[in-house]
Amino acid sequence: MENKVIIVKNLVKKFGNFVANDNLNFEVSGGEIFGFLGANGAGKTTALRILSGLSKPSSGEVSVAGYDAYKQTELIKKNIGYMCQKFSLYEDLTVRENIILYGGIYGMSKSLIRERLTELLSKLRFREYENRIIADLPLGLRQKLAFSVAVLHEPRIVFLDEPTGGVDPVTRRQFWEMIYETASRGITVFVTTHYMDEAEYCDRISIMNEGKIVALDTPANLKKQYNASSVEEVFIKIARPNL
Amino acid sequence: MKKFLGFVKKEFLHIFRDYRTLFILFGIPAAQILIFGFAVSTDIKNAGVAVLDLSHDEITRQLSEKIISSGFFKSTGSLLNYNDIDRTFKKGKTKAVIVFEKDFGQKLINEGNASLNIIADGSEPNTATLVTNYITAIVRDFNSELAGPAPNNSVRIKPEVKMFYNPNLKSPFMFVPGVITLILILICALMTSVTITREKEFGTMEVLLVSPLRPVQIILGKVMPYFILSFINVILILILSWFVFGLPVKGSMALLLAESMLYILMSLTLGILISTVSSTMQQAIFISLIGLMLPTVLLSGFIFPIENMPKVYDYVSMILPPRYFIVIIKNIMIKGTGILYIWKETLILIAMTVIFVGLSVRNFKIRLE
Repeated sequence: MENKVIIVKNLVKKFGNFVANDNLNFEVSGGEIFGFLGANGAGKTTALRILSGLSKPSSGEVSVAGYDAYKQTELIKKNIGYMCQKFSLYEDLTVRENIILYGGIYGMSKSLIRERLTELLSKLRFREYENRIIADLPLGLRQKLAFSVAVLHEPRIVFLDEPTGGVDPVTRRQFWEMIYETASRGITVFVTTHYMDEAEYCDRISIMNEGKIVALDTPANLKKQYNASSVEEVFIKIARPNL
Repeated sequence: MKKFLGFVKKEFLHIFRDYRTLFILFGIPAAQILIFGFAVSTDIKNAGVAVLDLSHDEITRQLSEKIISSGFFKSTGSLLNYNDIDRTFKKGKTKAVIVFEKDFGQKLINEGNASLNIIADGSEPNTATLVTNYITAIVRDFNSELAGPAPNNSVRIKPEVKMFYNPNLKSPFMFVPGVITLILILICALMTSVTITREKEFGTMEVLLVSPLRPVQIILGKVMPYFILSFINVILILILSWFVFGLPVKGSMALLLAESMLYILMSLTLGILISTVSSTMQQAIFISLIGLMLPTVLLSGFIFPIENMPKVYDYVSMILPPRYFIVIIKNIMIKGTGILYIWKETLILIAMTVIFVGLSVRNFKIRLE
């Protein structure tokens, strides 16, 4: 399965003299779950913004879903989904209205939106919530719904920026089941997280430190390489080598 | 386009679902108009009037009686000499003093001409104007009664009106134009800056920026509903002030609405600019209220005439958009003038809109990088 949906070669992003992304190189395949780890301020957010077409690289080659990150940001945006840590649905709109809104923004036809809406509501056992406003929903449900909305238009890639912040373990578990299910449909999942146990669920992870990618492999290989029992240990050894 | 309309619809839903927003949009303007309107009541009831009768004859007695018994006034006493005038005014109950000159009746009969002074308390300009107008009308009425059916009414009482404390009464209280000016800039700037910073604060802005919607569409989509609602607001305020206070629009309605649209647009772009420099809703509210409301009320000529201000304030007020719109709207509504007299102000508003858009775009780009 050599369909690379993300190709990053020698990516550099500078803000004045500050180098936020220093020569990044990685590729992500279709249907892969790619964990993007790093301490706060390591440059994750900057890279994520470039990959999602929000800002342009200073130099290097970046291709997302087959489109160039310099010239084709509009096409990139059409082919990705995005869910951020802060809650991304409108609290004063109902479940149904949120779905119709996002479907519309991504240019889906009315009939397709309606079809997905029904599908989604029955899958999540959400029917009773259809006409409730988001503010009335428990946090776990909102998070699941936000994810479902992010992949509503069947993007090639979905970017999840710390999606499980503030969610209880049971919901996190269910959330990851949804991620697996999505990846199995061929949608690439690109996820940043602070939870190291979640990193273990990823197919491959990269760890950033001070603007550079310092490790990139499957969780199992990384543990072997760093002689660690968990990804958390690997992470600490990389981010805080003196400890 | 379909994407865009869906987005606009969502913004309307936000507005209609939040009773606070609705209240600010429609409740406050109506309340303002009514409060200002009734505080500046155009009715006179039982206004205190004192009489200084230096003549004491049959005619002065009749005329004073006619005035006092008209239902609009009540007598606050008879004065003995000119020195009493100031004293009675200072007591506060008396709004006007009527002075009959010496030998009033005699002069009227012999010379067909007599004069009467109406001295009003100019520290309350509106009441003063009203009171003098009412008294003048009554005197005029009395005149024609005296003259009888004869067409060549040679008998004449000439009322002379004088204002104490504020002799030229340069600020006729044009509250409706002022309120429209204040309300529009406040609501438009406040609402747009809040609605945009709200998306930032809740994190939905990120999601929108990552979506295929272009930044221009996002901003337009957010601003469009407020443009429409503010425009409806203008019409409502005009209708309200017409029905409740009988204030007509003398000039061209089309021109007034077009200028209002320009002013709304300017205020909206100002709101966008505020949203680009504030990261939280509180900040946006603070800037809009303190930065716009106070200067507009105090310096735009809404209440205090700019001509009477120290030069410094005059210069400060030049950067305030409301200053220009007040001129425009007063000209159209009250004087009934056309575009020829207000093209300068119109151009200034257009220039301000362009500047605000330019600054917003620049700030927005910096933020995106």
